Amino acid sequence: MGGDAGRAGEGELMSGAAVSLRASALNRRWRWVANHMATWLAVGATLLVIAPLVAIFVDLVYKGAVSLNWNFFTKLPVPVGEKGGGMANAIVGSGVLLGLASAMGVPIGIAAGIYLSEYGRGTKLSILVRFTADVLNGVPSIVMGIAVYALIVAPMKGFSAFAGGVALGIMMIPTVARTTEEMLLMVPHSIREAALGLGVPNWRSMLSITLKTALPGVITGCMLAFARVAGETAPLLFTAFGNNFWSTALNQPIEALPLQIYVYALSPYDEWHRLAWAGSLVLIALIVLAVSLVRYVTTRGALKGAR
Amino acid sequence: MNLRIQEPRAPRNTDVALPAGGIVSVAVPAPTSPIRSYLQSRGNSSMADSTFRWLMLLCALSIFAIVALIATELVTHSQITLAKFGWKFFVGSAWDPVNNNFGALPFIYGTIMTSIVALVIAVPLAVGVAVFLTEMCPKALRGGLSFLTELLAAIPSVVYGLWAIFVLVPLLRTYINPFLIDVLGWTGLFVRPDFGIGMFAAGVILAIMILPIISSLTREVMSAVPHTQREAVLALGATRWEMIRMGVLRNARIGIVGSIILGLGRALGETMAVAMVIGSSPTISKSLLAPAATMASVIANEFAEASDDTYRSALIEIGLALFLVTIVVNILARLLVWAVTRGAPARVS
Repeated sequence: MGGDAGRAGEGELMSGAAVSLRASALNRRWRWVANHMATWLAVGATLLVIAPLVAIFVDLVYKGAVSLNWNFFTKLPVPVGEKGGGMANAIVGSGVLLGLASAMGVPIGIAAGIYLSEYGRGTKLSILVRFTADVLNGVPSIVMGIAVYALIVAPMKGFSAFAGGVALGIMMIPTVARTTEEMLLMVPHSIREAALGLGVPNWRSMLSITLKTALPGVITGCMLAFARVAGETAPLLFTAFGNNFWSTALNQPIEALPLQIYVYALSPYDEWHRLAWAGSLVLIALIVLAVSLVRYVTTRGALKGAR
Repeated sequence: MNLRIQEPRAPRNTDVALPAGGIVSVAVPAPTSPIRSYLQSRGNSSMADSTFRWLMLLCALSIFAIVALIATELVTHSQITLAKFGWKFFVGSAWDPVNNNFGALPFIYGTIMTSIVALVIAVPLAVGVAVFLTEMCPKALRGGLSFLTELLAAIPSVVYGLWAIFVLVPLLRTYINPFLIDVLGWTGLFVRPDFGIGMFAAGVILAIMILPIISSLTREVMSAVPHTQREAVLALGATRWEMIRMGVLRNARIGIVGSIILGLGRALGETMAVAMVIGSSPTISKSLLAPAATMASVIANEFAEASDDTYRSALIEIGLALFLVTIVVNILARLLVWAVTRGAPARVS
């Protein structure tokens, strides 16, 4: 804050020079005070925002780490009162759901991104698609959940891993499409022209030249979408539903880490609360890892300034 | 751009046109050219090209399809209550699944109140953070701090809910709520009984969750304000705060409003954390400390146990309303943010 005081002093000097015109000593004093108040308010706001973040992480590590052991990763949930249960099925279930979601959301999202950047640049259709993708991004996840319930679960008369995967996959598409588009837009024209000049077919040049150049950024976008979807609970409540046993069948209900955390958090048992904290810690570790990776990739080389 | 992509095709077209016209193709290079024969041996790629193009277009259009599909599914599955209650569904305050009598007003009220609490807390803080990060923060700190605020956005809703149940709610109950009851009790918004859980707790956790959205968009909008604006104000002898107020915030205000509305959209639809701390009670009470339910939380809490068709249809209709409201809010917000970051009508003032 040393530089801050110096700059305020300059301001004082300047207005001092103009004193004959308008600024009285009182006015100058008030402006000085307002300036400093604003600075400290902004600093205070930042600290106040960082505080819950730090609190959440400290609590997670403090309460989660104590119940994190080998059993947690290898055992099934046990009934109330027994010790040593784990969340192995939830971890595997989350993996299955996220795999399904990525298999659906990533190709469609990337393809939509290619269309937006390579074919539809500046056209009315692409502006509309871009806008719809942004709006779709803001649709609450619970709405996705009941829509997929109505679409898949109700006609098939049963909750299923497949329905959960579809719900998460749909949520990935807009994010992947938008980031892919942004990354492709940064690829210089000369690279496309070079490929086309060599007689490479257009589609081939897009896939193996343009897309390949932008690949680190595209992967970043996919990771972001993945991280966002990995923690989603609401769309899974009525699609994947949850399952206390081992299940990887796509037409059966399946457990997921966020669902298990939700159930355990609302239960009245201390043992389950501890498991919920441990599950959250695992989930957060996964997501923070993905986000940091994204951050690392985007702040390097050609992709700098992408976000 | 389109033109350039189509350029490689142009010579091929003339090739076809020339012989068709019956003119001796003088201008066409000798067909014996090794490059040309090599390319011809690989076949014509226009088929593959157009297939690829249609495939990409199809995927882009799938985004429209998804929105349309969500809308139609929600409408068809809420037919029962749409036909039975009509518009009265949204003004009726009775939520009685046993007697098949449904009114969504308590949830609309809960949604609005929690969102207002969230915005009242989050907006000043978010703008403060954005101002600090774009205008005041030393460069060395900026990257780390913005990463931290972005990390807030990456924490899953259910983890916020867990933290809120076991840390935030006890904190509110023992320290903050008694203080608010003493100071603001006269407004009627903070009166006992106080269980900790309720609309205020939900609003606070929502505020923490929407903060990163508002602050990161506000930052984006503020950095879109040209530097010349800042320099001009400073050159007139303004202090830094005056520069921020007159040079930056005034120019960015439309975009800031847009980002606030975007945060509102997120607050309206946020489900899990709210469902875990709001207390799930379909009642309308003036006190923010009373338990209530929001549109999203009632779906999350009751959908699984809704065995009756009318009950389920009522919940889906709430989902439909939530869908339409968030779409309108998001469209409004995006238009405002775009208006500024594109630089068009931003400098009207």
